[in-house]
Amino acid sequence: MNRIVDLIKKQPIWIFVLVCIVFFSVSSPYFFDLNNFSNILVQASTIGLIALGMTFVMINGNIDLSVGATVALAASLAVGLQSELGIIGAVAVGLMSGIMIGALNGIIAWKTGVDAFIVTLGAMIGVRGLVFIYTDEQSFYAYDLAYSDFGASEIFSIPVLALIFILLTIVAHLILKYTIHGRNVFAVGGNRVAAKEAGIRVGPHMLINFILVGFLAALSGILLSTQMGASTPNLGRNYELWTITAVVLGGTRLTGGFGSIIGTLGGVLAIAILRNGMNLLQVPSFYVLIILGSILIIVLFIDKRFAEQQGQGVGA
Amino acid sequence: MTSQVETAANESVNLQPAQETLLKLQNVSKTFPGVKALDGVDLDVRAGEVHALLGENGAGKSTLMKILAGIYQPDGGEVILEGQRVQMTSPIEARDHGVLLIHQELSLVPDMTVAENVFLGNMPRFANMFVNNRHLNDRCGEILTRLNCKFEPTERLGNLSIANQQMVEIARALVFQPKVVVFDEPTASLTDYEKVVLFGVIRELRESGTGIVYISHRMDEIFELSDRISVLRDGTYQGTFETAQTNEDEVTQRMIGRDLDADIQHQPPELGPTALAVQGLAIEGLYSDISFDVRAGEVVGFYGLVGAGRTEVMETIFGLRKADAGSVQVQGEDLPISSPSDAIDQGLGLVPESRKEQGLVLGMSCKDNTTLANISKFTKYGWIDTAAERTIFEEYMEKLRIKCPGWEYETLNLSGGNQQKVVIGKWLSTSPKILILDEPTRGIDVGSKSEIHHLIRELAKTGLAVIVVSSEMPEVLTVSDRIVAMYDGRITQCFDRSEVTEDSLIRAITGQNT
Repeated sequence: MNRIVDLIKKQPIWIFVLVCIVFFSVSSPYFFDLNNFSNILVQASTIGLIALGMTFVMINGNIDLSVGATVALAASLAVGLQSELGIIGAVAVGLMSGIMIGALNGIIAWKTGVDAFIVTLGAMIGVRGLVFIYTDEQSFYAYDLAYSDFGASEIFSIPVLALIFILLTIVAHLILKYTIHGRNVFAVGGNRVAAKEAGIRVGPHMLINFILVGFLAALSGILLSTQMGASTPNLGRNYELWTITAVVLGGTRLTGGFGSIIGTLGGVLAIAILRNGMNLLQVPSFYVLIILGSILIIVLFIDKRFAEQQGQGVGA
Repeated sequence: MTSQVETAANESVNLQPAQETLLKLQNVSKTFPGVKALDGVDLDVRAGEVHALLGENGAGKSTLMKILAGIYQPDGGEVILEGQRVQMTSPIEARDHGVLLIHQELSLVPDMTVAENVFLGNMPRFANMFVNNRHLNDRCGEILTRLNCKFEPTERLGNLSIANQQMVEIARALVFQPKVVVFDEPTASLTDYEKVVLFGVIRELRESGTGIVYISHRMDEIFELSDRISVLRDGTYQGTFETAQTNEDEVTQRMIGRDLDADIQHQPPELGPTALAVQGLAIEGLYSDISFDVRAGEVVGFYGLVGAGRTEVMETIFGLRKADAGSVQVQGEDLPISSPSDAIDQGLGLVPESRKEQGLVLGMSCKDNTTLANISKFTKYGWIDTAAERTIFEEYMEKLRIKCPGWEYETLNLSGGNQQKVVIGKWLSTSPKILILDEPTRGIDVGSKSEIHHLIRELAKTGLAVIVVSSEMPEVLTVSDRIVAMYDGRITQCFDRSEVTEDSLIRAITGQNT
């Protein structure tokens, strides 16, 4: 019981998720339904996959603004190169592009010491330009139907995209919590100086995280394009903001050193459930934005109050 | 209300015909989780006196000062200002009451001008909107003249020396025409000449009728400057003395009370082979020609003033700084140390000067901090073995007597002494051959301090080579077998414990030895 109370204190976003589920179940007959839950998971997976990587980056004390542009680049490559390389080859190139952008972000931030915010802001603008050059401002369509079939496929009547998201969430949770890399990510974000003096090499951990988020952003973009059977150069606009919103809702601190994958999952689900439920209630989507914005501030306010309560009394 | 004030003021005038009592603390208490920081403390400050507040680190000086400045609220007792009971719930309120605090750490904006800093948050305006620059600089100039400062109000603050920045901090307090000014260890980073200037300013303030609370643990300054001395020990009030009618021995006795370190036995240590040999180490502008060695089983104390270069030498040995010249040998092998991880591989550990900024990841648990420096030892197939981590933490929790509710407890909420023990545990868990402790008991209460001293002796007995950097003479004398004195980036003298005297040590660290 204490564990549950503790969890709620540490993850206020899950209370919100539960409240949402109860509220929408009561107010819409279509909400509490296995098919709808599958839908929510598929919708959540796009932002969710990126958010997994972003959680690592943010706990480490950095941020990555280039993920939205990476989504577009990877999707365009994966769809656009299919005629030459086949589906597998094109997807591999798409994933590679994400890894490369992540590696570039990480290496520049590590070696030059320029703030990750600035480095990835530059990447966000530059990569988007690259997408427009490559696509010539055109949308691409996947002519091989196998590609879009994959996006709609199911295993044991669970959508494959949802399964991939769940699986990677579990893997990310285990890595963050039970590996040396995960532990050191917390240490570096929590106190960079102390981590350095304990012999932890700060740069490589940072680099790994940027590669991770780049890869996941690319994967997210490619999976999104399988849902649509197409890619557009404007794909993934504002995704960096939605991702950061989800991660922060999940209790990860912008200053680093604190956060969890479970929290991030809560943040991702909160956004997806709210959108889905409001949609079922036929609330215009602009209202959803107002509510999401308010929720973000309220949740962080609660979090801050808890932190203040805990931090009290560390006196002389 | 007014009449009440007058009556109270009259009463105090009757009691103290010579000087009026400005500020009075009665039976003030303050408790933090796990620590009673102040327990029934009294203090009265008269107009036109320098009232020194004396106590060891952790005696409650800072807490008392923060109560005066409205940063903390007392749990019990009263604050009486000019005969009237007041509640100061914020620094701004304290300021409006005329009580101002000169911080130990400067809280200024380097990129703004002197005048802008002096009037920060309190700019002279016109049309209620715009900054009145001329007025700003004129008024600042007047205050600077009063303080005998030689720099211009329009100077960028960051260009000033630390001492001059401190003057700006004082100028900032004077804007409010304070009744009581609290100085918190103001000389910590000043040269002798700057100190003289500062004392001149403090005396001038006293002449003008300001009540001054002067916090320090430097006995000589206190006797030079103060009219009365109040002593705190372990958060309790130990009495107030007229400076002219007391002496250093009496107040020291009050301040330290029992001699906690008395039972530390200094048997001639059983020395092993040389563990660390440093030859001609130098970094231009910081220190030069540093040579010494430490043998297994020995504690070597590094004594000197702040800024003598001791910390920088240790950081170089530990691979945090790059030396311009010289060599470091660990157990006879000349291996280059270019990063902390090299140093750790060589069997070195460094308990840094400030545990919160350098030693701990405060948001992480006790267990996680304990394994921070060698997490790879606690893994199975790449996964962290939490059970092994717990075992090692619990082992050190017992050995070092860390008072902590459990292994998952965040170090943020531990007391200073226990935090320091976690940092020490972190290094011991790497099984080091050489342990460097930089100011190991700074900001730690007297009891834990003594425990850490005992611990250092015990560690040496197990064959560890230990270096203790400290600015406190009693600490150096208590724990060391040998003492290396540093002054201005040089080693001035090495002492054997048996031959050292306080006088020769003082002379060695102030450069008076030839």
